[in-house]
Amino acid sequence: MTPQTIAYREALRQGLREALIRDDRVFLMGEDVGRYGGTYAVSHGLLEEFGESRIRDTPLSESTFTGAGIGAALNGMRPIVEIMTVNFSLLALDQIINNAATLRHMSGGQLSVPLVIRMTTGGGRQLAAQHSHSLEGWYAHIPGLRIVAPATHEDARGMLLAALEDPDPVLIFEHALLLGAEGTVEGEPHPMELDHAAIRREGGQVSLITYGGMLHKSLAAAEQLAAEGIDTEVLDLRTLRPLDDAAIMASVAKTHRLVVVDEGWRSGSLSAEIITRINEQAFFELDAPPVRVCSQEVPVPYAKHLEDAAIPQVEDIVAAVHRLMGGSGSGGAS
Amino acid sequence: MSEFRMPSLGADMESGTLVEWNIRPGERVERGQIVCVVETQKGAIDVEIWETGTVERLVAEEGDKVPVGEVMAVILAEGEKAEGEAAGQEAPVEPSPAEAPQAPSPRAPDVSPPVPPHAAATGGRRRISPAARKRAGELGLDPANVSGSGPGGAITLADIEQAPEAPAGPRPARRAAGHDAHAAMRQAIAAAMARSKREIPHYYLGHTLSAEPTLEWLAAYNAERSVAERLIFPVLQLRAVAMALQEVPALNGWFVDGAFRPAEGVHLGVAIALRGGGLVAPALHDADRLDPDAMMAALRDLLTRARKDRLRSSELTAAGLTVTNLGDLGVDSVQGVIYPPQVALVGFGRIAERPWVRDGRVVAARCLQVSLAADHRVTDGAIGARFLTRLTDLLTEPDRLWPP
Repeated sequence: MTPQTIAYREALRQGLREALIRDDRVFLMGEDVGRYGGTYAVSHGLLEEFGESRIRDTPLSESTFTGAGIGAALNGMRPIVEIMTVNFSLLALDQIINNAATLRHMSGGQLSVPLVIRMTTGGGRQLAAQHSHSLEGWYAHIPGLRIVAPATHEDARGMLLAALEDPDPVLIFEHALLLGAEGTVEGEPHPMELDHAAIRREGGQVSLITYGGMLHKSLAAAEQLAAEGIDTEVLDLRTLRPLDDAAIMASVAKTHRLVVVDEGWRSGSLSAEIITRINEQAFFELDAPPVRVCSQEVPVPYAKHLEDAAIPQVEDIVAAVHRLMGGSGSGGAS
Repeated sequence: MSEFRMPSLGADMESGTLVEWNIRPGERVERGQIVCVVETQKGAIDVEIWETGTVERLVAEEGDKVPVGEVMAVILAEGEKAEGEAAGQEAPVEPSPAEAPQAPSPRAPDVSPPVPPHAAATGGRRRISPAARKRAGELGLDPANVSGSGPGGAITLADIEQAPEAPAGPRPARRAAGHDAHAAMRQAIAAAMARSKREIPHYYLGHTLSAEPTLEWLAAYNAERSVAERLIFPVLQLRAVAMALQEVPALNGWFVDGAFRPAEGVHLGVAIALRGGGLVAPALHDADRLDPDAMMAALRDLLTRARKDRLRSSELTAAGLTVTNLGDLGVDSVQGVIYPPQVALVGFGRIAERPWVRDGRVVAARCLQVSLAADHRVTDGAIGARFLTRLTDLLTEPDRLWPP
């Protein structure tokens, strides 16, 4: 079958539709997912196709509808809860962390919460500080949750299907900047496994370890670096919890240098966790200090030039690699 | 009270192994005395002390591998009492941490070796990446001999892998014997020469001269002497180089931290090939101040000790320029590699009869080719040419070598 070129949001929609077709227990619930077709038009047309019982508009109360999703999951359904942005998910933290993530443990394995929560993350669209943050690293801190970040169209379509097969809660982070981006998918929608990172570009001299919206900037940076003769590998983490340590260490063992590119803030972050694991597990493979390219530690600004300056850009990644490859800097912060 | 520290005995030395102490606590030491033997890649070196006093205690033990700049012994100046005695206490053994980073003991000014760039006597660690350190361990390579190309000058994996082959197995703790010692020296030479060719933009000048007048002068000088008292031609070469350097001091010194640092005094490195392979270039001190016999004696002493592995610490770093003479081996000329951080090297070829024009006629004359390799960062060809011309003049007008 020939590959089709579609927008990322269309890939998400195909995944949702396939999930709804495959399994009667699956339903989608969230703010404006039905009549409005989704804030980001991801669920456009699904209400008409699947009806009100399976595409459910909810009140503006993240705690309530996330809690309802947990209850439905506990009772045998396979709910997909859509939260508009990760910033708003903070209103549902109690349900996500105190209930969804803990019930299997607290019930001694008697209960499981096969819930999928989707939300957008990230900046770059001038939506200011209350809609633009990248808090997936926070969620990756919590035992009991699986955190995934589809960066490719195939993953956008297929990770949802795999997430629904997981007996425990899975949070899917969809980067807002990717929604309109075009890419290819092949064949019918099919589950994309959730356990492994993927090398998106092979290279031998430096590893860019990244995920989600930063994958594409990393690939663009790798392209520029290749033109300069720096052979750059790009590792897409795909799943942020649990991290695929083996893939990370294998890449570092190959290139001996790495840059973690993470749109989250640096302090107490996912990027910190990744580098710590590398230090713990692959210290003697390192040929240069690990480097991070993260967002500036400010609330993401509204003004375009300030937002651009706050969020990692391709040139920041290129500059970090230059430093790492033997420039004069100490290979520290950026 | 002062501290006797592990000296830096070469640009890339990171540490040395204390082979033996020649002193004991309570003994008196004199400035210039050889107090211990330290094993380095250049062989076992007799290390001198530059202070007169009494040994209070020995900190390093025989067999210890001691980083450059680390305290090896504590010396009390004349008339000074041990801390404990002065304070009436029993056990003043450990110096307080505040005392530890004292400046190294002052060295005699005339033999003060330069502190080469990588071996500042701070005891600080060189930057080396974990992967490079691991690989160096696998190769049995001492990273002290490798220069770094990574961030902040750190040694990277590639630096280690491109470094010369190392002997397998752990490094010997004591005076290395046979193969290991040669391999270690080979490594040291490889590192120094690779660094030289990597960092120093060499320029080369050459000159052919008739050695007839000087050979005649030498024959006349030796005619009245017993075999043991005779001079050899290299003494005249060294003397001429020393005098030319007095006039062109820009070639006598070291390129350190991006700038030229002139040497104090004229101490010439004498390249000495060792039996069984390898090379050392210890300093012949004050080559501009020795009369012919003293210079001959000094050279003989240096050659003997170099071949017996008994060089002294002050001889390893004092030289401001090295002279190599491959004439004995039959070569016509030498295009030398500068020994960093020095900035020039003078090479002599063999003395051979060649057609020479004198007074408009071609005659057979014993000729000599002399060459200069110099660091273009420090000098330009004009200065090199001035030096070489001066050197040629001195070697053709031997009466000027030791003017009355």
